Amino acid sequence: MGGFSFSRWLGILIKEFIQLRRDRLTFGMIVGIPIIQLLLFGFAINSDPKHLPAAIVMADPGPFARAYVAAMKNSEYFKIVGSVDEREADRLLDRSEVQFVVTFPVGFHRDLVRGKKPTLLVEADASDPMAVGGAISVLNHLGAEVFAADLPGLQRPAAEPMELRVHRRYNPESITAYNIVPGLLGVILTMTMILMTGLAMTRERERGTFENLLATPATPVEVMTGKIVPYILIGLIQVTLILLAARWVFGVPMLGNLFLLYGVVLLFICANLTLGITFSSIARNQLQAMQMTFFFFLPSMLLSGFMFPFRGMPDWAQFVGNVLPLTHFLILVRGILLKGNGLELMWGHTWPILLFMGTVLALGLGTFRRTLD
Amino acid sequence: MAVAPLVIDVAGINKQFGNKHVVKDLALQVRQGEIFGFLGPNGSGKTTSIRMLCGLLTPDSGRGTCLGLDVLTQSATIKRQVGYMTQKFSLWDDLTISENLDFVARMFGMKERKSTVTRALDGLGLSGRRDQLAGTLSGGWKQRLALAACLLHKPKLLLLDEPTAGVDPKARRDFWEEIHRLSAAGITVLVSTHYMDEAERCHRLGYIAYGTLLASGTAEEVVASQHLHTWQISGSGLQDLTERLRQLPGADLVASFGATLHISGKDGAKLKAGLEDFLRTTSLTMTAVPPSLEDAFIHMMQGSRDQFEG
Repeated sequence: MGGFSFSRWLGILIKEFIQLRRDRLTFGMIVGIPIIQLLLFGFAINSDPKHLPAAIVMADPGPFARAYVAAMKNSEYFKIVGSVDEREADRLLDRSEVQFVVTFPVGFHRDLVRGKKPTLLVEADASDPMAVGGAISVLNHLGAEVFAADLPGLQRPAAEPMELRVHRRYNPESITAYNIVPGLLGVILTMTMILMTGLAMTRERERGTFENLLATPATPVEVMTGKIVPYILIGLIQVTLILLAARWVFGVPMLGNLFLLYGVVLLFICANLTLGITFSSIARNQLQAMQMTFFFFLPSMLLSGFMFPFRGMPDWAQFVGNVLPLTHFLILVRGILLKGNGLELMWGHTWPILLFMGTVLALGLGTFRRTLD
Repeated sequence: MAVAPLVIDVAGINKQFGNKHVVKDLALQVRQGEIFGFLGPNGSGKTTSIRMLCGLLTPDSGRGTCLGLDVLTQSATIKRQVGYMTQKFSLWDDLTISENLDFVARMFGMKERKSTVTRALDGLGLSGRRDQLAGTLSGGWKQRLALAACLLHKPKLLLLDEPTAGVDPKARRDFWEEIHRLSAAGITVLVSTHYMDEAERCHRLGYIAYGTLLASGTAEEVVASQHLHTWQISGSGLQDLTERLRQLPGADLVASFGATLHISGKDGAKLKAGLEDFLRTTSLTMTAVPPSLEDAFIHMMQGSRDQFEG
């Protein structure tokens, strides 16, 4: 009969719930994804980052300069990491260890007192324009606020007592694409590499062809590496496409060595492939491999500094972000493309990727052996 | 006539998955050129045993040789000389017929790959459809392709795990003719099956239940080993009597065979007396028949279950 049967309908409903409950990973996603998103968007992400590390180049130490630095600290937008010389300041910026370098010129104190408007030089790592916007706008007002009370001789209180010169290094025009397009390299590689290797292995297992493969004399190493290499090539093709588009469509500067860039890309691809292989040896089917990829991809997107400024996040989120290879890859790639960094500045962000890869590989080999027997 | 050498000679083979003891003290001897049928209910350990023989799984304990090679330490070498056909079709659906064969040939490191694949295609009669995706083949053709694939590297031993499940009778008959041709050529075949007619086509049989090999030998030997006495009951209204027949003293086994019933027991005299007594009040007739292979198998299965659960 064609009518709507309530008990039949209820039967379907109950069956669906039973199956959902059995599928732990899907269940985990239903509960876990909203919680992760809430935590990340609610607590970790902050598009107006504060406590940005800043170095001071102090050519003229004096009470006014000290007061200014203290005011920077009080604004909460800056975390003063110390006084350095000019060369060290450059290096810190290149290595992304500080976001700002503030230089107090020779004669700062004298010029200020005489009302000759000294120039305060602020160099910002503007490769991510979003990260520096708030802090720079604070700096603009800071001068007048700090010195108004202390400069009795100041004749025109409305005017700025000094000139603030801001150098937005690496991305002077604050073009978002300069930041996003190199970042996309990492995001796209993370997504496709993990997913494709994850699926490639679980597909064999799901269809039963894995058993056939194992029945041949092929060794696990042959199977694993034979399955991985095509995806390395695919990854390199993706990278080349993105780089071409970055150069010719978005005009992203490419200051560094392209071979170095491809070296970093290769390392990053390998790290992601090991994770994909590990997922595939844990996952029982393709759906699970996909879900695991998603679980990893979501924090990678949000906590790596791709979408939101890394330094705006609380410590725990930065800690999680520092574990993710994408975080370090982004710094390396932006360093090479926008800053022209060379090999000598890269180790600090290379070893975390290697460590990640080694750990995952150990985990993966452990689980792979078990699935063979 | 000289006795053919043993191709499979294992003893005391054990395999556990977690705390499930899947294969217990398996001892098996198969001679060259023999077709050995492996029978037993689902989940009895047939597939696990076959996987251990071809080196896919390592036995937890045991000793023995396969093709003269140690099953525990030389599984890699064994793999090269064994053709293993999985229960489920396990070639690649999204590769064409010839791509599948070519891949398998490469995996076994074959030298004259092209000509081997062409010959295999000709042998299958699939030369004209070589570029068809394997996934689009019918069940019978998939099975033939799988067999051809595991014969490519000219194995000396074939391990076939329920090769004819879900294949139509004509294809099954053709398949078995091929098996007998291979056997005549000196290839040893170990085949698991659920079909009685296939069991009867094997030279020798082994029956495994709950991980234990209960009987092995020729079909006649296996039947004789159960010491069964069987009567065939025929007449009308049989269906209603089945339950009452089961209660008869000495009736170990009652099974329908088409329009007749087979009733079997170990104690022939007791069962005969009970049956004659029972049938006196009915119009049914009873005839003593030799017990069939199926009677023997079902009897073994019941016996092992009682033992297992008791």
